Amino acid sequence: MTEVSPVHTQADNPASPVKAKAIISFEGVTKRFGKTIAVDNVTLQVQEGEFFALLGPSGCGKTTLLRMLAGFEAPSEGRILIDGKDIAALPPNKRPVNMVFQSYAVFPHMKVSDNVAYGLKMDGVAGDEIKTRVEEALDLVKLDGYGARMPDQLSGGQRQRVALARALVKRPRVLLLDEPLSALDAKLRDQMRSELTSLQEKVGITFMMVTHDQDEALAIATRCAVMNRGVLTQVATPADLYEFPNSRFVADFVGSVNMFEGVLEKDEQNEAQVRCPELSAPVYLDHGVTGARGATVWVALRPEKIEMHKRTGEAPKMEDAPPGMNVVGGVIRDIVYLGSETNFEIELEGGRRVKTFRSNLTRYDQEDFTWDEPVWLAWHACSPAVLLS
Amino acid sequence: MAKEALPVAAAAVSAPPLKREKPGPLEYMRRWPLQLMVGLTLFFLYLPLITLMAFSFNDSRRNIVWQGFTFKYYEKALNNDSLIEAFVNSLTIAFFCTVISVILGALAAVMLWRFRFPGKTAVEGTIALPIVVPEICLGVAMLVFFARVMPWPQGLPWPLNLGAITIAHISFAFPFVATVVRARLSSFNRELEEAAKDLGASEWRTFWDVLVPHMQPALIAGALLAFTLSLDDFVITFFTSGPDTITFPVKVYSMLRFSVTPEVNAASTILIVVTVVLTAVGLHMQNQKPKESKA
Repeated sequence: MTEVSPVHTQADNPASPVKAKAIISFEGVTKRFGKTIAVDNVTLQVQEGEFFALLGPSGCGKTTLLRMLAGFEAPSEGRILIDGKDIAALPPNKRPVNMVFQSYAVFPHMKVSDNVAYGLKMDGVAGDEIKTRVEEALDLVKLDGYGARMPDQLSGGQRQRVALARALVKRPRVLLLDEPLSALDAKLRDQMRSELTSLQEKVGITFMMVTHDQDEALAIATRCAVMNRGVLTQVATPADLYEFPNSRFVADFVGSVNMFEGVLEKDEQNEAQVRCPELSAPVYLDHGVTGARGATVWVALRPEKIEMHKRTGEAPKMEDAPPGMNVVGGVIRDIVYLGSETNFEIELEGGRRVKTFRSNLTRYDQEDFTWDEPVWLAWHACSPAVLLS
Repeated sequence: MAKEALPVAAAAVSAPPLKREKPGPLEYMRRWPLQLMVGLTLFFLYLPLITLMAFSFNDSRRNIVWQGFTFKYYEKALNNDSLIEAFVNSLTIAFFCTVISVILGALAAVMLWRFRFPGKTAVEGTIALPIVVPEICLGVAMLVFFARVMPWPQGLPWPLNLGAITIAHISFAFPFVATVVRARLSSFNRELEEAAKDLGASEWRTFWDVLVPHMQPALIAGALLAFTLSLDDFVITFFTSGPDTITFPVKVYSMLRFSVTPEVNAASTILIVVTVVLTAVGLHMQNQKPKESKA
């Protein structure tokens, strides 16, 4: 286990491909529609070359934020800067950003090549240059040879590539993607995920994506911002979001989690202890929590970080926790076999149910446990995340 | 026993192909009530038209008994200067009415679809008014209007002398265009407009490059409607036309007052052919690029 602290951030990670130059910055941006606040005082910076994802449930304001950047909505308060310049006065057609729309918005009455050429024509680019750039763009999205087709002769995935080529051909400073994969079927979505990443690496343009799908954000983005009810909750790399959520909302929204309410009983430099009424044993942590003793906290425990042992004799001892801690007993109540792994639901002694996953390492692993079997659940001292809000 | 059983078995084998299957639950076209209705509709709708066309070739002054085939009355109709003048007048009025109605109707539809403004519901209602107001009322109103409120100058050179009729026709034809275009616009994906602007198009370019192509089928349908409404309008035209601004329907009516000659039949047949051909051309233009009409 590498030493990590809960305040681990992007700057600590030397492997990050991000250059330290803010290309977009939102400064205290608020957007109100009548009385409802769609975006609430958001301050956020996106660096050059990032693949940035805005993640959140529907109606959290992420699309509004993107549309303000594109120029389709004006902020009620605050400033939006691109390359250090306030873009408030620029209409959408003058902004150095281009967007891939959720419906792709490919012009249905134009050939593929005319769709891609449209933006260049509007910019007054010369005819020959348009031709070569359109061909390059179609090559880039693997649609070479499709220039003469009409959009209704294309599949959904191909239409999305047209929308991508159409936006990229203008070489924008930032490419905006509004729920780019939501309209594709599962197989194609997986394929497009990796294609989007490699495309971004190839063109070197900053991408900013809006999505409600946490898997998508974790898989593609170099950095994510989680939004909830117009407020920016956490901005971090995908791994940090998952392993070090800063709130119950983030822990619950990103991935699957077991959450226990408890009281902070001990908080030292190198260890902390939380007593949760729903768990028969105290939760021991190998790092300190910056919270007041006696405060109410929440322990978030990811299902895959819980080990399951057969209940034969004594409770197993976790080597990194004092005896009797981080181990609880329970009974298997539900088993869902998913092929690569099996999901278990275990009823603890107090009646609380806990989820855990178990990889099927051999072909007989799924036969190890059965319904109503008593088991021990145990976890390492570094696994739980303690949340103060 | 065996002797008798044999023919029965044979009959059973040969029976199914002879007996028609009973109509399925949704095959209404194979049941008599709907078949009867379709038959009656075709009979009353098309038989008069076919009779009219057939008797335009009848070699008889009286239009009752078939005397023999002739083109004589077509010749007569085409040599009837006042009839030709009325026909040209009608086509001219219909042309201007169509062009102006399509522009006005499309703009009205875009306005109602796009903007929110005080009194929008009232505007929406009044625009549709000419569709529901009885034509006779509109005709009388137009008569009074052009006689008292805004008299159209007399003695203007052709085609300016047709102005009053054209204005009257536009006023009842453009709401139809607006209604058709408005319906079409509701299927427009607003993201297309945003995409055009995002790619650098101005408001004006966006309108022409994205919105107009989407409206195109409705514009053609609206134009056809406006054209035929204007071409065959009698009531309103009757009240607004003067002695030197006779249109085809009014002329036919005045000819009928003397006698129903095959000349009227011939002229009507020409009108029917013209309208059918124009409609076919319009529909063909609409179907030529079916990809475009899909949103």
